[in-house]
Amino acid sequence: MSDTGAGVETNAPDADVEIDEAEAHDSEVEEAAKHTPRGVPLRVEGLRKEFGGIVAVDGADFAVEEGSLTGLIGPNGAGKSTTFNCITGVHEPTDGAVHFRGEEISGMSPDSVANRGLVRTFQIARELEEMTVLENMMLAPKGQTGESLWRSVLPGLRSGIMGEERKILEDCWEMLDFFEIDHLAHEYAGNLSGGQRKLLELARALMTDPTMLLLDEPFAGVNPSLEERLLEHVHELREEGYTFLIVEHDMDLIMENCEHVIVMHQGRMLTEGTPEEVQSNEQVIEAYLGGEVE
Amino acid sequence: MGVNDTYSRGRELLIADPVRAALVLALVVLLLDLVRQLVFGQVPVSQFVVLLKDGLMRGLFFGLAGIGLSMTYSILNFANFAHGDFITSGAFSGMIVTYIIAGGFGAEADIGSLALVGAGGSVFGAQLGIGVASTPLAVLGGVIAAALFTILLSLFIDRTVFEPIRDRSGITLLITSIGVAFVLRYLIAFIFDPSRRGVTDSNAVPSTDILVYDGFVSVDLHEVSLLVVSVLLMLGLHLLLQRTKLGKAMRAMSDNEDLARITGIPTERVIRYTWIIGAGLTGVAGYMFVIWNGTLHWFQGWILLLPIFAAVILGGIGSVYGAIVGGLVIGLTMSVSIVWVPTGLARASAFLVMILMLLVRPSGIFSGGSTA
Amino acid sequence: MSGTNDDADGKDDPVGGVRAAAEQLWEEDAVKLLGLILGIFALYLVGGALLDFGARQQVNLLANLFFYIGVFAMLALALNLHWGYTGLFNIGVIGFMAIGIYTTAVLAKEPALTEPAAGSIGGFGLPLWLAIIGGVLAAAAFGGLVALPALRLRADYFAIVTVGVSEIVRFTVLESDFQKMQIAGYFVGLGGGSGLILDFDPTDDLLEALGLLEPYTAFTESAGAALSLGSNPKPVFDSLLYGLILLVFLIGFYVLLRRVGNSPFGRVLKAIREDEEATQSLGKNTRRFKITAFMFGCALMGLGGILFFAVQGAITPSAFRPRLTFFVWIALIIGGAGSTTGSVMGGAIFAAFLFRGPLFIKNVVQQNVDSDAVDTFGQAVSPLISGLDPFPMLLFITDNLQQLQLVIMGLVLIYLMHNRPEGMLGHRKEEASTISLNRPERSTDSPGATPATDGGEPVDGGDTDE
Repeated sequence: MSDTGAGVETNAPDADVEIDEAEAHDSEVEEAAKHTPRGVPLRVEGLRKEFGGIVAVDGADFAVEEGSLTGLIGPNGAGKSTTFNCITGVHEPTDGAVHFRGEEISGMSPDSVANRGLVRTFQIARELEEMTVLENMMLAPKGQTGESLWRSVLPGLRSGIMGEERKILEDCWEMLDFFEIDHLAHEYAGNLSGGQRKLLELARALMTDPTMLLLDEPFAGVNPSLEERLLEHVHELREEGYTFLIVEHDMDLIMENCEHVIVMHQGRMLTEGTPEEVQSNEQVIEAYLGGEVE
Repeated sequence: MGVNDTYSRGRELLIADPVRAALVLALVVLLLDLVRQLVFGQVPVSQFVVLLKDGLMRGLFFGLAGIGLSMTYSILNFANFAHGDFITSGAFSGMIVTYIIAGGFGAEADIGSLALVGAGGSVFGAQLGIGVASTPLAVLGGVIAAALFTILLSLFIDRTVFEPIRDRSGITLLITSIGVAFVLRYLIAFIFDPSRRGVTDSNAVPSTDILVYDGFVSVDLHEVSLLVVSVLLMLGLHLLLQRTKLGKAMRAMSDNEDLARITGIPTERVIRYTWIIGAGLTGVAGYMFVIWNGTLHWFQGWILLLPIFAAVILGGIGSVYGAIVGGLVIGLTMSVSIVWVPTGLARASAFLVMILMLLVRPSGIFSGGSTA
Repeated sequence: MSGTNDDADGKDDPVGGVRAAAEQLWEEDAVKLLGLILGIFALYLVGGALLDFGARQQVNLLANLFFYIGVFAMLALALNLHWGYTGLFNIGVIGFMAIGIYTTAVLAKEPALTEPAAGSIGGFGLPLWLAIIGGVLAAAAFGGLVALPALRLRADYFAIVTVGVSEIVRFTVLESDFQKMQIAGYFVGLGGGSGLILDFDPTDDLLEALGLLEPYTAFTESAGAALSLGSNPKPVFDSLLYGLILLVFLIGFYVLLRRVGNSPFGRVLKAIREDEEATQSLGKNTRRFKITAFMFGCALMGLGGILFFAVQGAITPSAFRPRLTFFVWIALIIGGAGSTTGSVMGGAIFAAFLFRGPLFIKNVVQQNVDSDAVDTFGQAVSPLISGLDPFPMLLFITDNLQQLQLVIMGLVLIYLMHNRPEGMLGHRKEEASTISLNRPERSTDSPGATPATDGGEPVDGGDTDE
């Protein structure tokens, strides 16, 4: 609970050294990334999910490297969202396993997954509408002692949580500053624009102090200038050591920004590799680009 | 952490599956016990048949009245807590007409007393000799009046109360329907006075005793009437749903309202017909229940509402056939349960069945909706 | 409560100023409440004066009024924790109240170790305060029993389960098999249809425990004479004293729920109300929070039930019909779900105008009009139609106001859902934090009110870039 993660400070584990290097030699980042063996926080093996006989995901196998920006793409109905939901504990996989930092997390409840540092955002931003932006933010930090009923009501104990609240509030303000939405702090989340909600959702997810973020179509419904800002933030955070897995519809966006791309089609893994490899893959062109006009 | 999670997952499994297993086991034990009690004569077979008959009657009523609730629940997407008071309204409106006809339009009693169904103890059903055999026209008139009045009432309430807030959440509509229930219920108590009254002449009901193994089971005409009316109406509804365009539209809408909108079914029209069919059946059900039961009072529908909810949920919301089957299950549960529990807890056991059902299989026996 | 939200300039104030503002705000709420309740009292006093009520009648009137304001406000507060904060659609309030008072009654009644006479049932003879704690714990435990399996149901199913459970409770206390039984030598029971006689007196018990009973009795005699309250003034003072006890409990409820509402715990509850899945995705074990909140609310409902019925002298199952649940709901909706202050105001308004008001009017009319009302609606209607004489109808209406008052409640409920679903103070705007959420002093270095650089409008721009 110590450093609730104003994202501007580096607190993602294991990657510090590399990042320092990366910052020093900007041009060599890609090189270094390719040659240094990195950890694999997320590994999905033989993932399969059926809904009453309908197979939504039919054997997904992939891994996400530490500190990477990995894209998961595929046409509509490819099973991306179901895969996401299986990773984050919303659905229990019918078969297969999901490992996060060496621990099997498939079948865990969503809150257990989140508490392990794997935090998601939603395709349609799920703000808590009748709560202010700040309340949304202050909700997020993990393991707040004030989340116990007795601590919040009993006179002696209650004063003990004040200090913690102050610390959280400070962190929240810093995070809002970082995302440049501090002017909205007292606004009800329900009054935010679609793009502002996406920013808030990412900021809120960061307040949980995660090590890896799963973003479900973070750029859908976001205007171009805000999209750019959001992308900047993502890159900035990645450089700090956060790992990202992004589900996205917009092929170009993924190709330009991700270093590793996983392609799904009709519930199966089609291929994976660098953007160049994927783009030149015949199957991908046929299945994805042929099917979708984007 | 790992141990902790294995533990919590194990616990989840314990909550999810063994409950189901335990329920099945409990059911089997109860059935075996029933067989034992029947074989050893602790419960005479004829008495058990009486319970079954009683449960069937109740069940048919729950089913008939539940169809309307189930339809509005799925098509308008809210639990209508005023449904019970639609039942009461149907029963009272039908009884007004029955009293007036049976009372010779004022020849046998003051017309005002007849129109108030004998409020203040001014006139009794037995005095007028009300019964299916003795006053068939009065009963027929009552059935028709109950259906018509309940339909008009439901359309009026839909127009004034529910239509303006159609786009709000199901919860808002539910709370609003509680308001409607209060208005109807206490308006009935206000106008017709809060007494419980006998409305039929039990001496005028022909009945016959049938020998069943170790005793006689009596069957009377009012029971047969409830059976015939329920089955005929259910069959009619079945044909309507399966054979007509309207029926198909209604089934489509209860499956998916948005889809129905896109495919161009005039939803407000379908909603109107939903009320007409649902309320018509509800009114008749309420009236026939009173004829069968012989008594009428202002909160009759309200106390019947919860078992009807149980029936509808049991059968799966939106499923017409589910409502019928659910009704029978709840009706039989209520009457047969007194083999094991005190009579006063018969209704409690029906609610318990509903609650257990919700926990084990919230989508009902006929899950998958209205098309069934 | 909107004060904290529109203050972009608030962060320029020194911390002390912020605190003062917050305190002022709290006072504002308290003032609002106090004003409302005093206004209601004044209204009733004027009404009583117009009726030539004597001092005794006036005091009784107010004590009675405050009793209902207190209990409905407390129950609305408890329900607000379920519905307003957590979004748990509990329409079985009366069941938890029944568990509370029945448990208390069975625990506290005088023990009967030999078979008591027909119609009388003993208890376990515990001191009342212990029995009350027992009742509260029983209500909480029962709430947990319901919550464990039922909390994963959707809201409307949850509602049906809770109302079903409250009816099961009523059938159980009504059941003659549980009327009387022998447990560990004690003849106890739930009393069946004839209910239980409550052979304890909360005010006397309290005074006795404090050693004040005798001076109190002496005081009532002298003060009663001084105020010309007539013979035997003690019951009048008892009801006033009980009103005071209720006030203490009400303040306790209010402070407690205020604290819950603006704590990190309450923040999670509100988040669950808004979107449970999103809350889970932030690592909150929503199930645990829901169970805790539900049990806590049930405990408060149990306490509310105890305070409601402990002074009635007896309890019968017919008092525990679901309509009392709906009364509490109407009170909460009037005040505004999600608002602590609103809950109390709703309770007060409901008690004063919808619950007691019609009866007061009935008394007024019956005291001033000599003729008796006719017996049936027909007899009242016919003069209206034939001779345009509304008088019999008006008399009939006042005579049957008990029924009509519920019609009015129903209409009020429909009206509120149509026109003001957020109630008087709804909109759930009480901020969920123990501290003021204004920007702390030291981090004001960043640009203050930055305009929306992304071009997204701050308000109602939800669709602009979709």
